[in-house]
Parts: sequence; C-alpha cells; structure tokens
Amino acid sequence: MSIEKQVDSGRRGLLVATCAAGGVAGLATAGALVSTFQPSERAKAAGAPVEADISDLKPGEMKVVEWRGKPVWLLKRTPEMMASLAKTEDKVADPKSEKPYTMEMPEYCKNQARSRKEHSDLLVTVGICSHLGCSPSSKFQEGPQPSLPDDWAGGFLCPCHGSTFDLAGRVYKNKPAPQNLDVPRYMFLSDTKVIIGKDEKGDA
Amino acid sequence: MAFVEKKLPADAPVAAKALNWVDSRFPLTKLWNDQWGNYYAPKNFNFWYIFGSLAMLVLVIQIVTGIFLVMHYKPDATLAFASVEYIMRDVPWGWLVRYMHSTGASAFFIIVYLHMTRALLYGSYRKPRELIWLFGFAIFLCLMGEAFMGYLLPWGQMSYWGAQVIVNLFGAIPFIGPDLSLWIRGDYVVSDATLNRFFAFHVIAIPLILLGLVAAHLIALHEVGSNNPDGIEVKDNLGPDGHPVDSIPSHPYYSVHDIFGVTVFLVIFSAVVFFAPEMGGYFLEYNNFIPADSLKTPPHIAPTWYFTPFYSILRATTTEFLYVVMAAVVGYVSLVYLKSKLPAIVKAGIAALGLLMIIGMMPFGLEAKFWGVVLFGSSVVILGALPWLDQSPAKSIRYRPEWHKYMFLLFGFAFVTLGYLGIQPPSPGRERLSQVCTVIYFGFFLLMPWWSTMGTFKPVPKRVTFSAH
Repeated sequence: MSIEKQVDSGRRGLLVATCAAGGVAGLATAGALVSTFQPSERAKAAGAPVEADISDLKPGEMKVVEWRGKPVWLLKRTPEMMASLAKTEDKVADPKSEKPYTMEMPEYCKNQARSRKEHSDLLVTVGICSHLGCSPSSKFQEGPQPSLPDDWAGGFLCPCHGSTFDLAGRVYKNKPAPQNLDVPRYMFLSDTKVIIGKDEKGDA
Repeated sequence: MAFVEKKLPADAPVAAKALNWVDSRFPLTKLWNDQWGNYYAPKNFNFWYIFGSLAMLVLVIQIVTGIFLVMHYKPDATLAFASVEYIMRDVPWGWLVRYMHSTGASAFFIIVYLHMTRALLYGSYRKPRELIWLFGFAIFLCLMGEAFMGYLLPWGQMSYWGAQVIVNLFGAIPFIGPDLSLWIRGDYVVSDATLNRFFAFHVIAIPLILLGLVAAHLIALHEVGSNNPDGIEVKDNLGPDGHPVDSIPSHPYYSVHDIFGVTVFLVIFSAVVFFAPEMGGYFLEYNNFIPADSLKTPPHIAPTWYFTPFYSILRATTTEFLYVVMAAVVGYVSLVYLKSKLPAIVKAGIAALGLLMIIGMMPFGLEAKFWGVVLFGSSVVILGALPWLDQSPAKSIRYRPEWHKYMFLLFGFAFVTLGYLGIQPPSPGRERLSQVCTVIYFGFFLLMPWWSTMGTFKPVPKRVTFSAH
C-alpha cells in the first residue's frame, strides 16, 4: 500500500517533460501533413493571364475561355441588351457591385454595364455562381420560359439552385447567390484582342 | 505462471490438435464463441434484423471489388475518365466488377437506412445501447464520406460539379470558409490535386476508420446483447444455464436465418447488377457518362439519391425561410425553459445559443447560404442524439400509443418527400413543400423529449412475444 502512495516527483516531472516534448514533435509532424493539403507551388504558378481573340464575336454572341481553370465569358452585347440593364437596375440585389465575391471589382468596371468604357458592350466576367460555384447557363431569350419569371429581360440562370443574373452578371434579389459574378482585371491589347487577368496595373 | 498447453489424447484428430495449438497461443475459439458461436440473441427476431448482416456482406463486396478496381483505375484528371471506360470495355469482366461496386454503394445506403429504421421502431439505441448507436452513427458518416469522395473518381460531369458544390459549402463558414475550401481542394478549382486526395481517402483512410468502427459496433453489441422487437431486456430473465430463457445461440440458429437473408438479397442485387445497373439514372447518373468539363455545368444537377433528403434541407433554407427558423428557435427555447427539467446552466446555454442564432439570422447577419449549411449539417448530426431525445417509457413501437405510429409515418413521409424533391429541379412550389418537410423533420427530433412521453402506453410483457414454428 505504502509503495503506491509514494510519487517520486523528480521522475514524475521527467515523465511530464517527456510527454510534452513528444507532443510537440507529434503536433509539428501533424502540422506538416496538414500543410501538404494547401495548393502546391505548381498550382499557384498556373494562374497566368490568357489572351482571347474576339474578332469573330458578333453582337449577341458569347465565347468562353479558360482562365485559372474557370470559365470566363466574353459577351458582346447588342444595343437592346445594353438597354435592358436600366430595366433590371432596381431588381438586382447589388446594382453598384459593392460586395465583391472572390476578387476586387476593377475601378474601370464600376458602372452599370460592368465593363470598360472604351468597349462597354463587351462583358467580361467569370462564369461561376457566387452561391456554390456552378456555372450558370445563358438565357438571352426574353420573355416567359420555364424556371424564369414572365418579365425576363435576358441574362443567366444557374442550374444548381436557380439563381438568376442580368446581362451584366448582377444577381437578382432574393436568390441563393449572395453576390454578383466576378469581373476579372482585363484590358484590350487591340480592338479584337483582350487579355484576361492583367491590366495597366499589372497581373491580377 | 508457466505456460501450460492443454493435452489432447494421442489419437485426437489432427484438426483438433491444430486448433488446440492455436487456442493455447491466441483466443481463436474464445473469440468465435464470444462474438457469434455462443452469442445468445433473443429468439423473436423478425425480418428487420437481417440488415446488420447484410450491411456486413455489402462492406465485404465493396472492399473486394474496390481492390480489383484500383488495379485498373488511374487517379489522374487526364486519365481517370478513360480508365473507368477502359475497365468497362476492355478489362475482362471489368464491367461486372465496376457495376457490383456502383450498385453496392446504393445497396449499402438502402440497407443502412432500413437498419436505422429498425433501431427507431424498436428503440434499439436506448440505454444501455447508446454507444452501439453512436458507433453506428459514425459508420453512417464514414459511408457518406466514402460515397461522396468515391463519386469524384470517375471524373464525369456529375463527379466534378457535385464535388464543386459540396466543397464550396464549406466556403459559407464565416471568416475561415474560403480558405477552408481552398485547403480541401488543394487548388483554386476542383482539379487533379482534389482527385488525388479524394482517391487516397476513398481507398485507404476512410475504409481503415470504417473497419475499426464496425469492430467497435459489433464488440459493443455483443457486450450488452441485442435488443428485440418487444424492446424487453432478455437478460433480466436468466435460465438455469445462465443464458437468457428467451435467447438462442446465434450459431446455428441465426447463421441459417442470415444465410437465407443473404440469398434473397443476392438475388435482388444480381438482378440490379445485370439488368439495371444505372437504375434509371438514380444509381449512376447519365451526366456522369460525359467527361468532366470545368467550363460547363450540366443543365440539371442533383446528388445521388441517398444524399437528397439532406440536400433538400440545404436548398429549402432561403432568406424568407430564416424567419420561420427564427420563430422556431424562440419557441423551442421557451419550451426548454418552461417544460424541461434540465439544470439551469444547460437551459442558459441553450438560450444563449438560440440568441446567437437569431442575431446571426437577422438581415444584417450571416447569409442564408451559411444557415443552409448549418441546417444541412444539423439534419445529419441530430440522428446521433436519438438515444437522449427519445424518452418513451416503452422502447418498442409495439407498446407505444397508437398515434406514435402516425408520428413515425409522418416523419418517414417527410424524409422520403425531401429525398424526392432533392432529385427534382428547383421551383417555387417545390421549395415551399421542402420547407414544410424540413420543419416536420426537425420537429420530429427536437420535440421528441416531450411527445415520446405522452399518451397511453400498453403494458410491456415480461417475456418476448414468440410462437414456435
């Protein structure tokens, strides 16, 4: 009985210190393993800007290019499409694009058309819904149609949870998606060539 | 103590000598007897008691077919889709192995859902079987993880966009969300890095945990003993041999019973594997026969059927619905305060949590998307709390008030409706219906501490209901 009660405090102290040292080593190893889950250097380096040729894009047509693994839409809007943006102004949740999704809204696109002044008809936007990351489908046809309101002015419909966007990529009110579609930094290299992910200030 | 080996007569059969040699060094016979051979189980089991063994069988099917699939599959975003098609077309009998694995996944969920229904009907999770239930619940979580990660591997359109949506769910968590989804994907989009890590989890990490949990589930069960359709503790009534009078040894009685069940199951399973492996797009979705395209979402995406009840709850959570949730939180906290005997500190904790939730759901608070994820997670996790939510004096549905059966039916109806709605594209009417079912789903569980005690209970007999046949 008396043997059980005797605790050698020196040895107990060493025991605690050993456990603590072992614990630190274990945690450090776990930290290294957890870190391997982060994007690799190769994944980080893969975000180079891409060029797109829009010479064959007619008004009302859209083209998709891949930038950082995501679809980027280039939509050449007709004058009627541009006019629809004034009608949707009070139906969208964030008309001035004050709440960005994953990237800062470029200064030169903070306008109703969400595009650069010199080619305001060309919409450049990342086609990824701010809800859960699906890519919305084009619904440019105006008027009543399935899954859309009867006064539909043309835009995009996300197939996953039904969020709708106008022709400037602005999300309608009361939809699951909380923010407008992202507008990447871009600039015109010539009248028919656009570079995405880069502007006068450098790479995005 | 010195090592003493039991001496068998010199003319004993070689097999008996070999077994004796092993038993002296490893408790082989003891393990068999404790876990099955001499495990006494109640004699009044009905067909609901077949699903445990069937789940075990399907686990073996999944592991064995999985091993053979890995021999031909390539976990590489550029090769994965083609390697699955290679298994289907070029590998001799590869199509059979693949269809067994894909059908096995759905079969696993059908069996597990029925197994859980049995527990609900007969109160199998009640004291002293809470841990059996918790281990089983953890197995269910692992299965969901297995199914989700396994579904990415064929690298089809549904694989890709399903993973995209579910990984982005984590992005709804305030502050750490976006970084967390990035960490899970290992890239800015679902990519090769994501495929590789999901492959590692699917083929080794989760199966290892799963096997450990299955062992724990069975050891705990064989320690406390099985429940039965009457919800009576058979151990309260022991015979002269020390075994419960209402129990029989699992071997040979339940061995034969289970082998019969396995035969019936294999007939159905084979019929599906050979004649309807896609099951009209429910077991294998048609869009998954198109290679993953990161630039285009299929026009209609839905998770595989076994996730849809929970997925519907996620979709039902809109900004409007948050007002209903807020009212429900207020009502529930008042109910806990007025009508429960919980310690004051627990009541205060629940009230504080309720207050935080209400503040968070205000228009200036967190997005509906985040609350959708919270309700989605809670709808799964709440199952784990059943042993403590159910306060019914009788364990089995047989001795509970008649209207309790209607409560179970209503819940079952809401669950199936949510499952159906999760497969359908969204529409305003369906959204409203899914919100009603969400309220029923949570009401069933959260109000259970009260409703399960109400009504007139029938007397529970001392012995199990059984007639020899």
